[in-house]
Amino acid sequence: MRKRSRKFVAKILGRLWRLFRRWLFLTLSIGPMPEHIAFILDGNRRYAKKKNLKMGAGHNVGFNSLVVVLRYCYELGVEYVTVYAFSIDNFRRKPEEVKGLMALMKEKIDELLEEDTIVHKFGLRIKFWGNLDMLSEPARVAAERAMAATANNTGPVLSVCVAYTSTNEIVRAIKKSCSTKRDETAEGSLGFTGDPLRDGACGSIAVADMEDNLDSADCPDPDIIIRTSGETRLSNFLLWQSTLTHLQNPIPLWPEFSLRNLIWAILEYQRVYPYFEARRRGLAK
Amino acid sequence: MDGNSRWAKARGLPSSAGHEAGYRTLKKMVELSGQWGIRALTVFAFSSENWTRPKMEVDFLMTLFENVLKESLGEFLREGIRVCIIGDSSELPPSLQKLVKEVVDKTKNNTQIDVIVAISYSGRKEITQACQNIARKVKDGLLEPEDITESHITEELETNCIPEFPNPDLLIRTSGELRLSNFLLWQSAYTELFFTNTYWPDFGEADYIEALTSFQNRQRRFGQRIN
Repeated sequence: MRKRSRKFVAKILGRLWRLFRRWLFLTLSIGPMPEHIAFILDGNRRYAKKKNLKMGAGHNVGFNSLVVVLRYCYELGVEYVTVYAFSIDNFRRKPEEVKGLMALMKEKIDELLEEDTIVHKFGLRIKFWGNLDMLSEPARVAAERAMAATANNTGPVLSVCVAYTSTNEIVRAIKKSCSTKRDETAEGSLGFTGDPLRDGACGSIAVADMEDNLDSADCPDPDIIIRTSGETRLSNFLLWQSTLTHLQNPIPLWPEFSLRNLIWAILEYQRVYPYFEARRRGLAK
Repeated sequence: MDGNSRWAKARGLPSSAGHEAGYRTLKKMVELSGQWGIRALTVFAFSSENWTRPKMEVDFLMTLFENVLKESLGEFLREGIRVCIIGDSSELPPSLQKLVKEVVDKTKNNTQIDVIVAISYSGRKEITQACQNIARKVKDGLLEPEDITESHITEELETNCIPEFPNPDLLIRTSGELRLSNFLLWQSAYTELFFTNTYWPDFGEADYIEALTSFQNRQRRFGQRIN
């Protein structure tokens, strides 16, 4: 009987919390809202050490934290969320840690595709950015399956960067552009457009060619990049895309990043928005 | 070097006064950097977006750059400063273009400190230009697409004028703006960023020491673990 009443109270509190959040987000959205937020999930291991958890547990906690933050972002109406989950540089860590992370990746991707997760709740489209061939076979297969399973969803987008660095992304884009141009030239299918950048010097690449071949081709540039744990560097994340992005580096470690921190991040963005917009219009010219 | 105009506005002065004060700060920073053994400095003087500013301000800046280069050439030679200019020089007035070539040429053998000045510069255009150069090599059969690496791009960037220091260790942005604004996008992949609310003309020795101390306290891991 006591257990039932405790469950009832928890249900009511849960509902009240969701109502409060809804009201809070509505108030926040009176001001300009970011369309795309990117996160560098830094501090999982330091968190595990701080809480005396066993090795590897920090990343598990980090994942649970991610699901919660994603829910808040999508409830706020953010259309695109990108997360830096695993860099190409991270492959240089100890083999046990890398193996553990590959296994965790596969497990969590599979979990996300189950029923009653945020993927179904919000109709998320999942994308994986990076050199996916570098992943372990099971992780790569899981990633490709997730992309295929959610390709026809119409909700917001979650882009997960794995085996990713921005410089590698740019190199892959130029490789693709060059190969395409070369094939088109060989087939004689490259008609004359009257545009000197495309005609004549057939090896010439335009900015549009490059941007079309980046992993982020269908995605607007991020409005905010949040790197947790207080570190102030990009670590080879979205270098091309972040030229006008508001960079934030809150002190909490990733598993400690809370709703309060997210609200603060958006308030900071809203504060500088007029200056940003003027610059963005200048860049677009 | 952000904040010259806002510094001037706060004092009821025209923006030209802000830029002149900014130049004095730059001179001081170059001097301190040389004294403290910093081997390379890159400064963002004028971005490709800045061409949209009022004509009077743009003309003033171009004249300021010319006067600074003319007056400082002697000092560059005395102090062993190697000067390199990056950015789209074709947009600059012809007299400035000529002066830039002369200064770069006359200082190329100096070895005390390298100063790269970015004028009419855009990080995205720089990367695109590098990619176009590489694409030309592919078209000419000098390089296969599959063999393109990050080093090829680094070598084609304008900052390769000083190949010993391709990537900055520390990037300082003044005036409280928290973003890169199209500056050294490729090169700052692992750069430690330091943001300060101080306007550039007010940035002094104490602020510089604060930035460097902050840098010294950072733990740079480059994606790996430090045990």
